[in-house]
Amino acid sequence: MRKDVKHLISLQDYSIDEITEIVKLGKMIYDSPEDYSEKCKGKILASLFYEPSTRTKFSFESAMLRLGGNIIGFSDANTSSVSKGESVADTIRVMSYYADIAVMRHPKEGAPKLASLYSSIPIINAGDGGHLHPTQTLTDLLTIYNYKGTLKNHTIALCGDLKYGRTVHSLIKTMARFSTKRFILISPEELILPDSVKRFLKDNYDVELTEVRYIEEVIDEIDILYMTRIQKERFFNEEDYLKLRDSYILTKDKIRPAKQDMIIMHPLPRVNEIAYEVDDDPRAVYFDQAQFGMYVRMSLISKLLGGE
Amino acid sequence: MLEVKQIEKGIVIDHIKSGNGLKIFNKLMLNKSKKPIVLLMNVESKLLGKKDIIKIENSFDIDLNLLGLLDDNITVNYIENGKLTLKKKITIPKEVKGLIKCKNPRCITNSDSYVEPLFKLLSKDTLEYKCSFCEEITKYEL
Repeated sequence: MRKDVKHLISLQDYSIDEITEIVKLGKMIYDSPEDYSEKCKGKILASLFYEPSTRTKFSFESAMLRLGGNIIGFSDANTSSVSKGESVADTIRVMSYYADIAVMRHPKEGAPKLASLYSSIPIINAGDGGHLHPTQTLTDLLTIYNYKGTLKNHTIALCGDLKYGRTVHSLIKTMARFSTKRFILISPEELILPDSVKRFLKDNYDVELTEVRYIEEVIDEIDILYMTRIQKERFFNEEDYLKLRDSYILTKDKIRPAKQDMIIMHPLPRVNEIAYEVDDDPRAVYFDQAQFGMYVRMSLISKLLGGE
Repeated sequence: MLEVKQIEKGIVIDHIKSGNGLKIFNKLMLNKSKKPIVLLMNVESKLLGKKDIIKIENSFDIDLNLLGLLDDNITVNYIENGKLTLKKKITIPKEVKGLIKCKNPRCITNSDSYVEPLFKLLSKDTLEYKCSFCEEITKYEL
């Protein structure tokens, strides 16, 4: 174990300046990726996925390959020594000899933190259960930075499942640090933002919170609209779900009164909460967002490997 | 009044809130100890009105952090040659390692045998501890 190794377990461990640097480097890589194509030449990324993931795994692996590095790893705990009952601590101690940096997704909350305590290479948390997913937040930040030119002073609306969405909680807590002017919370009563998060915001930041039930009430005030999926299984009965479901589907009609420079984001996968007709609207940036995910991961990997 | 003789060497756990003595006796697993032990209940106390006391002869080995979690009124007296050599006031521990189980079933500390749960104190009044791994809040209850 080396104490001077920098990991990314939670964005709360990073200063605003450090986060800004990662985002700005991500933008530079996006603008001229060829300048960075050999940044991690000769380096190896261990891709440790203890549970299935397509987007995040490919995004990380593509990022490393585009930096000129190589990848080893597994994508299913059943094919690794974990299935024999090995501790995360033992796995990472051994992987530290084989790779220069590791990215870990794990169904158990706190597993990447445990790995970081015994690792001599940087560990990146690629999602631990319902707990944290910091590189999704970095992805969101780079998307906002690219389209808005700054991370500060926006009115951000979050729509859908604000109760269980770890993406939403992490984005809110991080954006609050960047002097966000106002958060508008759009959700059914059943899925409102937990009190603990609201209390955290009120106690620590000077930010306005507005809670509404329908997008139509606030659509013309929004700079950034962050959509999330409402999951059927979160409701007690199907009747309630069906009643609410359509209220939270974004359509062309609903965004007509919105600002021309508003952006519509979504962490994907989308099911039906954004109608396909919205995809052609220039304000819809959710597919580009997935692309920015790769660039911000390139930035993070090269920062953690000390390349930039 | 019930009389229990002083011990020559060992520990006296004093000022236990009346009613907590037996719980602490069980938590410390003193029933498994081979040393002579006395549990006194409902003893008169100037400070508390009534209190419980535990005396353990010929042993100094006790987990002070665990005691802090159980009752922060406690005083631990160390006795040698029949005399008080050290008096320790117990406080609620700011950090607890291994004594509490995280209440979050999805926490890595509940499935990985290598890791010892680690908690940081959030609130003295409610005995709420935050897990250092999954950040879930666990309330300690006696």
